[in-house]
Amino acid sequence: MTNATVYAIGLLLLWAGVVVPLTCWVIVRATKARAWGWVLLTTALLVLGVLPATIAVIVYPIRAHRRVPFRVWVAIVWIEIFVILATVFLLAGFDLPWMREYGPYIAKGLWVTILIAVCSIILTVPIALLGALGRLSRNPIAYGVSGFYTSFFRGTPLIVQLFLIYLAVPQLVGGLGLPETIEDIFTFDAVVAGIIGISLCYGAYMTEIFRAGIESVSHGQREAAEALGMSYRQTMRRVVLPQATRVIIPPTGNEFIAMLKDTALVSFLGATLEFTESFRLAQLYGKAEFKNLEAYVLVAGMYWILTAVFSFFQRKLEKRFSRGYVRAAAEKAAEGGLMIRGPISGQPGVP
Amino acid sequence: MLSDINIEVQQREVIVIFGRSGSGKSTLLRCINFLEEPTAGTIEVDGVRVDAAAHRNKGARESIRGLRTHAGMVFQDFNLFPHLSVIDNIMSGPLIVKKQDRAEVEPLAHDLLAKVGLADKADEYPIRLSGGQKQRVAIARALAMQPKVMLFDEPTSALDPELIGEVLAVMKELASEGMTMLVVTHEMGFAREVADRLLFFHEGVILEEGPPSEIIANPQREETRKFLSAVL
Repeated sequence: MTNATVYAIGLLLLWAGVVVPLTCWVIVRATKARAWGWVLLTTALLVLGVLPATIAVIVYPIRAHRRVPFRVWVAIVWIEIFVILATVFLLAGFDLPWMREYGPYIAKGLWVTILIAVCSIILTVPIALLGALGRLSRNPIAYGVSGFYTSFFRGTPLIVQLFLIYLAVPQLVGGLGLPETIEDIFTFDAVVAGIIGISLCYGAYMTEIFRAGIESVSHGQREAAEALGMSYRQTMRRVVLPQATRVIIPPTGNEFIAMLKDTALVSFLGATLEFTESFRLAQLYGKAEFKNLEAYVLVAGMYWILTAVFSFFQRKLEKRFSRGYVRAAAEKAAEGGLMIRGPISGQPGVP
Repeated sequence: MLSDINIEVQQREVIVIFGRSGSGKSTLLRCINFLEEPTAGTIEVDGVRVDAAAHRNKGARESIRGLRTHAGMVFQDFNLFPHLSVIDNIMSGPLIVKKQDRAEVEPLAHDLLAKVGLADKADEYPIRLSGGQKQRVAIARALAMQPKVMLFDEPTSALDPELIGEVLAVMKELASEGMTMLVVTHEMGFAREVADRLLFFHEGVILEEGPPSEIIANPQREETRKFLSAVL
């Protein structure tokens, strides 16, 4: 096939895959004939497809001349998915002006989401470190306490733990007949109860991650440090933990992302006006205005963006800690990005 | 298992310990700096004396650490710290254990690196070094503590044959400078050339002991003869 033929076919497919569904959508909006629109749209999307069109029109001519980076391919696929989703949503009568109006109100709750997440992260790390050292300890008290802790907090649902801390603990303290000041201390605000619950729960999961990370550092490393005369603390802090960190970061990043999303559970505790996180706001606005689709899509997008930003920093951190573990050649390859090699023009060809 | 081991090492003396694997030669080295916990006996390095029976109490732990700072250890599999550059590996002892100033330690570390022939590798990470280079850095790291005695636990056993020479050369130089050394090795050429005394280990006891000329040329015991004929 010559380039011109491919290009022509591609244009045809593009027309069929994009122009047809768009026209359908306009017709559908004008006539309110939804059923018809659906038939036309799905046919156009699935049979003809936006994907082969772009591959033919954009990728093929480029590919014929130089290699196309893998990530460009991936980006195209992502864009396709978003185009398809957007078309479907618009067809379903998505209320964009409403989203524009209420988006900022829902986004205000992100600060509470971030506040809960950041506080929990700061609290979780020392909890997990202590837990891990306890799990590795030969002291029966340290081992027993950390074992009880991880067992309970990994063995019960987070939402139950949140209610225990928010509602059950004050009752417990009240029942003990302690002075009112102490009772007040243990009567938490929803956000505070959320931070405590999430930190304890994720601290238990991360205890196991930290323990595995510390155990992954070879015994020889510890011996080398001890042979130099380092104490237990010095060996841990200067030799074992820095090496364990490299192993710990990827799964910990996953835990942080899960944690960020689980802040939404705090909304079930109820919240004061100035400390309401996004999910709760989306629920309230969406319900009040019968705009559930818009509200939840909006808030889902916000969480998604937050976690994406988070993953980005996680990758940076991983790279930093992999110093000393990457050989020269591998490092160069990683910097260049993953490439799929296409035919390179001007190369002596095989007849 | 070791039993009835009684050795005294003089200053500047080089002792080579050899014998079949499992005969207790590594265990002896590891007992000297308490990486292995002896059940009975006394160990003394440069005036720091630790009794095995008391090694669990806090005071004994302090003196074990003191003892370790006087005894440099080189391992079979190097055990360099992979997260630190070569120069930071060498400085780790003085900086962390002796809490010396970086400015004060750095010139010494560079000198040691030059001495083991790796002056240009200061900022590399261990993963980029060959086995022989790693072992030479490990020797420099142990020397940075300015130990009174160096313990070598099969320092060339994990190396490709063509890399053994560079490590032995560094060890020979060290011996010629008067370092007190205990070396567990099967390199009998090195033993013949450098050692003042050989110890043949067999099933946890020292079966034969003496200068290399005597032991290698004229072993008294059947086990020694058998072992030597296998490695020579």
